[in-house]
Amino acid sequence: MEAGGKTLIELKHIDKVFEDGEQLMDDLNLEIKQGEFVTLLGPSGCGKTTILRMLGGFDRPTRGEILLNGQDITNIPPNKRPINTVFQKYALFPHLNVYDNIAFGLKLKNLDKKTQDEKVKKALEMVDLEGFEKRSIDTLSGGQQQRIAIARAVVNEPDVLLLDESLSALDAKMRKEMQIELKEMHKKLGITFIFVTHDQEEALTMSDKIVVMSDGEIQQIGTPEEIYNEPKNLFVADFIGESNIFKGKMVGKLQASFGGAVFDCVDDIAQGTVIDAIVRPEDVQIVPENQGKIKGKVLSCDFKGTFYIVAIETDKAEIEAHSLKNFALGEKVGINIDPDMIHIIPYDSSINHYDGEVVGVSEDDVIVQFADFSLTVSASKLFGDKKVEPGTKVVGSFVPEDADLSDDAEAGVVAGNIVSFIYIDNAYRYVVRSEVNEEDYLVCDEYLWNQGDRVSVLIPEDKWSFEIVGRDE
Amino acid sequence: MKYSFSRKQLAIPYAIFLVLFVILPLVVVLFYGFTDGDGNISFHNFIAFFQSKKTVGTLLYSLVIAVITTVICLLLAYPTAYILAKFKVKTGPAMLMLFVMPMWINFTLRITALKEILDLLEGNLAMHSYANTIICMVYDFLPFMILPIYNTIAKLDNSYIEAAEDLGASKAYVFMRVILPLTLPGIVSGVTMVFLPSMTNYVVLDMVYNSTYIMGSLIGSYFSSYDWHNGSVISIILLIIIGIITAISARFTETGSRGSKRSAIN
Repeated sequence: MEAGGKTLIELKHIDKVFEDGEQLMDDLNLEIKQGEFVTLLGPSGCGKTTILRMLGGFDRPTRGEILLNGQDITNIPPNKRPINTVFQKYALFPHLNVYDNIAFGLKLKNLDKKTQDEKVKKALEMVDLEGFEKRSIDTLSGGQQQRIAIARAVVNEPDVLLLDESLSALDAKMRKEMQIELKEMHKKLGITFIFVTHDQEEALTMSDKIVVMSDGEIQQIGTPEEIYNEPKNLFVADFIGESNIFKGKMVGKLQASFGGAVFDCVDDIAQGTVIDAIVRPEDVQIVPENQGKIKGKVLSCDFKGTFYIVAIETDKAEIEAHSLKNFALGEKVGINIDPDMIHIIPYDSSINHYDGEVVGVSEDDVIVQFADFSLTVSASKLFGDKKVEPGTKVVGSFVPEDADLSDDAEAGVVAGNIVSFIYIDNAYRYVVRSEVNEEDYLVCDEYLWNQGDRVSVLIPEDKWSFEIVGRDE
Repeated sequence: MKYSFSRKQLAIPYAIFLVLFVILPLVVVLFYGFTDGDGNISFHNFIAFFQSKKTVGTLLYSLVIAVITTVICLLLAYPTAYILAKFKVKTGPAMLMLFVMPMWINFTLRITALKEILDLLEGNLAMHSYANTIICMVYDFLPFMILPIYNTIAKLDNSYIEAAEDLGASKAYVFMRVILPLTLPGIVSGVTMVFLPSMTNYVVLDMVYNSTYIMGSLIGSYFSSYDWHNGSVISIILLIIIGIITAISARFTETGSRGSKRSAIN
């Protein structure tokens, strides 16, 4: 439990390329300490299960190594690792009864019958299923099967217990109970738990440490509080809990302008920096209209049991707030936010930058070839008096707000699929990934598209900006 | 006009079929089996069957052939089915097709071809009549063993295998303690589909000029000499054997089928 414990597992420079050539991970590094409850959290396809399978020995990294207690276990088969797994669908052996399922690993260790009996009994006590030895698996409920699967794994006293979305098959109430029980079990056993889930609430409840993943990359590692209160980037902010995200700018020392007003804040970022401001809905205060920094009107108010979710439309943005009070539709309200409830991250200015090369120049036209497409632009407008000729290397960029999406694949410069989106101010910002080169294009669009939708990206010619980076020799 | 049929009415065509071609023949067989030439009820035919060295010998001989055929089929089919179902062979479906294809080729054509091949290899078919019997039976029934086994292995959830490895089992142990028990239903249905026909399918043997005498040949020879009584008795005896085997295999599948059911759900 204590931070600063001994390092148990190290993943070093892990690359994973699938048989079909798709690259999931590129130089992934992760350290896990002895006795921690670590949760790998991310949307499906983010690589969390692949990491778990690599630790279990069912999958191998294309490059890189996995160390356990300082020893390389990358190529050691699953049956030789001191690691046990609780599988997503439990994978209890249907032809064996509860006793034989739990004793499966013990029998392989050649323990005598008496020791086996004792260990199975203890394991069943731990999961509150005393006396279930003779039951057959198909007479058990989902929750009971879950417990037997845990008992079958921990009875072997592994160094590490892997749990693969283990609670996802249970109903909501049962899941809550198991979360608490697992946490207690972890305290009692002192084994390192590595838990994989896409459920952020589950991760926040159970973990000592959360590893947020997306797209085969680690986005942030931290305690649940750190992840929730200090998200490192917009993905984490949007994925963990609910967030209002605003685009803005630092306009003075500890002063940020966003959402149509200037707010005091506690993040010290240089004046003039373009920023994203993140405010949790529970931190948005709804006040009478004349007392609020921002003014708006109530769009909707939905009852959630312990609070109402209030959507408020302002000139600049649509803001979500949690409130104990019910508001009428159309009611005019004001909004205030406490300085320490505003989390500010500098705007990621590296987005939407693409390497290209000038391939043709004629009169005023310059043809630039990018990985996905080529573009004919006006030299005088976009390059000014800078001299370009074929072979000149350039970096082209555009801001997400200037681009648009279309469902006609031929309409834009490049087509791709929407891989994710977040809501900023009053529009969605989509990540569109091109098919062949897997380049990402960030585009703001006020219409709601779905993940996986095939769209094309329209970028007006005059919205491009270019920077000359060198010459092809 | 209103067309509406009750479930009962819809069952009429099959009921007619059932009575004409299943129940009636069965009654006839039972009647002939338990009567003598004058139409009196008698167990004489039964007693005669078990007293005659020739008939009991044929029964035992057929059983031996059926057992050998089944075992060889199983030994050939299981690894084949396993490789086709579990390893990601690109040509897997095509390979399976190749194994199953003989079922689509006309039986007469297929056996004639086999006869020609054996003729070429052995010179004189009569020299190896015993081996030829087994070869013909295995050739004829192998697809019936491969298919059900392939189906159960293909349905077997990989996580069972991974779970066993995770708990420390070697590949051999995983096979013996997890894969084999969970694919038992496939083996059982394969065995039932191969064992009985290989006791009786004498037509195959006739076609390759094989003189091996099995239960089917016995019935054939009785019937061709209009001896309905003795022929029927043998049919009844085979029926009893079928019954016994089905009962035994039902018990096997009962313990094994949980696995396949669960893996189907998962």
